[in-house]
Amino acid sequence: MSEHILLRHRDVADIDKLEVYLAHGGFEALRKALTAQTPAQVLEEVKASGLRGRGGAGFPTGVKWSFLPKDVFPRYLVVNADESEPGTFKDRELMERNPFQFLEGIALAAYAAQAERAYIYCRGEFWDLARDLDRHIAQMGDAGWLGARLQGSTFSLEIYTHLGAGAYICGEETALLESLEGKIGQPRIRPPFPATYGLFGKPTVINNVETLTNLPPIIARGAAWYRTIGTPKSSGPKVFSLSGHVNRPGNYELPLGTTFRTLIYDLGGGLPGGRKPKAIMPAGASSTLLRATEAVLDMPMDYESVAAAGSMLGSASVIVLDETVDMSWLALKTSRFFKHESCGKCTPCREGTYWMLRLLEHIQSGEATAEDVHLLGQVAGQIQNKCLCPLGEFAIGPVQSSLALFAEDFQLHISQPSPRAAAVVSEHA
Amino acid sequence: MLADKHADEIRSLLERYPPERKRSAVMPLLHLAQREYGWITRAALQEVAELTETTSTEVGTVAGFYTLYRSQPAGTHTIQVCTDLPCALKGGEELAKKLCANLGVRLGEVTPDGLFMVEEVMCLAGCDRAPVLQVQDARGIQYHENQNEDSAMRLIGDLRRASKEPKA
Repeated sequence: MSEHILLRHRDVADIDKLEVYLAHGGFEALRKALTAQTPAQVLEEVKASGLRGRGGAGFPTGVKWSFLPKDVFPRYLVVNADESEPGTFKDRELMERNPFQFLEGIALAAYAAQAERAYIYCRGEFWDLARDLDRHIAQMGDAGWLGARLQGSTFSLEIYTHLGAGAYICGEETALLESLEGKIGQPRIRPPFPATYGLFGKPTVINNVETLTNLPPIIARGAAWYRTIGTPKSSGPKVFSLSGHVNRPGNYELPLGTTFRTLIYDLGGGLPGGRKPKAIMPAGASSTLLRATEAVLDMPMDYESVAAAGSMLGSASVIVLDETVDMSWLALKTSRFFKHESCGKCTPCREGTYWMLRLLEHIQSGEATAEDVHLLGQVAGQIQNKCLCPLGEFAIGPVQSSLALFAEDFQLHISQPSPRAAAVVSEHA
Repeated sequence: MLADKHADEIRSLLERYPPERKRSAVMPLLHLAQREYGWITRAALQEVAELTETTSTEVGTVAGFYTLYRSQPAGTHTIQVCTDLPCALKGGEELAKKLCANLGVRLGEVTPDGLFMVEEVMCLAGCDRAPVLQVQDARGIQYHENQNEDSAMRLIGDLRRASKEPKA
């Protein structure tokens, strides 16, 4: 796109400095909301924009806010900045490089939700980033955009950062709430949903970093303008995290509905050595694999199209896998991740990810039989639809799809050992 | 004692949460304890429990669940190399092995001088600049991206030299 709406630091140097942000329209959306719009009007504008949650689920943001029960206070806004999905690195860039737009987005969401306290839950590894955010929050307060009775309104707001400590599961919103309450990060049984029973048992809105960063332009320029970007059902810009076998990995801000081919070839510069893509993971390590056919390369990257192809767009973390990748090794890598990150609360995920990993190690060792490959598919099937939270489902996506699409990559280990086998086995010795 | 040495930081951490929800400060205080002691000692669990008006068992459960908290002493600098899928596609696994070989240790083993430990770590959200590693020490956590054996060994050399300089 000619203009970056989210990755604005790429157009405006030093936009992470308050005076630069202010000189480029910073906090005008918040001023407009506080002085000329009711919280309900802000919510309606966001609903009309068609903005969908950018954390992965793609749920309409305004609708999510509207689930808050009337007249129950205090309410909280919690920001999911636990970015931990292998292949995802967009929120980090937004918070590091364009922090005030993100923070203004928090203030807009908090105003719409009438939440006077917001917590940014950052993954623990974002240690430096959280300290930078603390400084930016302090500057925002000094400039009069935080604190009591903002801009003469009746609305007050404080924003705090909170560091996690290395747990992917805390990206799941109810596990995140548990963690923020000082407990182990295990998902809650729903209902009740966070909108009614969230942080400290109070009504709570939880939004992703990128979702919130979309709000200042929506309020400043209006929903009708926003809808001119993207597709009718997937409106707006999206930051695509491109990684794996590409010449120019990185974050690319594009309208939803841009094709994989544009991202991978026009922007990403294609694959190193002119190699061919074998498969694409559209949503990071939890993706159901797509075979990289011409039709898939021409597929628009929007929520509906990718779902129709049997995968999901999720957080739009596109990992490109070239023809050299052994998909049974890939399934081993993702299973190792999910087994490590399973919180242990529900049995299908805790035991299932353990057995998937064991079987995949066995397959990679070259000592497995066809029976073991069959059993792997069965274990994955027994996890499906039985877990408390999406982590279990995420774990089986790459396993089931690599079995279905690339069975030959499993078969080849049954008669011959893998070159990676020794390494993999010793890692877990 | 954390309470004496870091009184201001502790006060500001506790102020972030409602007064009746002090337990929310368990994780930030565990980070503080680890920075101070290098790992989560039994005494630290008790200190954090007192500050947050909960029990050391509850605090211990939290410390055990989250991977950034250490239950035993580590090297002065823990080098954590990402070997998850996007980094593995760019040589993350080999990088971890080479660092171990160069330092003469296995994964998770501390060098004889007590300075370094190499570990594998889960995705660090830096996949466009793979392979990525992070260094965890008393200063906190620092990212180092686009790494290879040479750059990582230079970093290790720099950290070793810095450790020999007299503390300011």
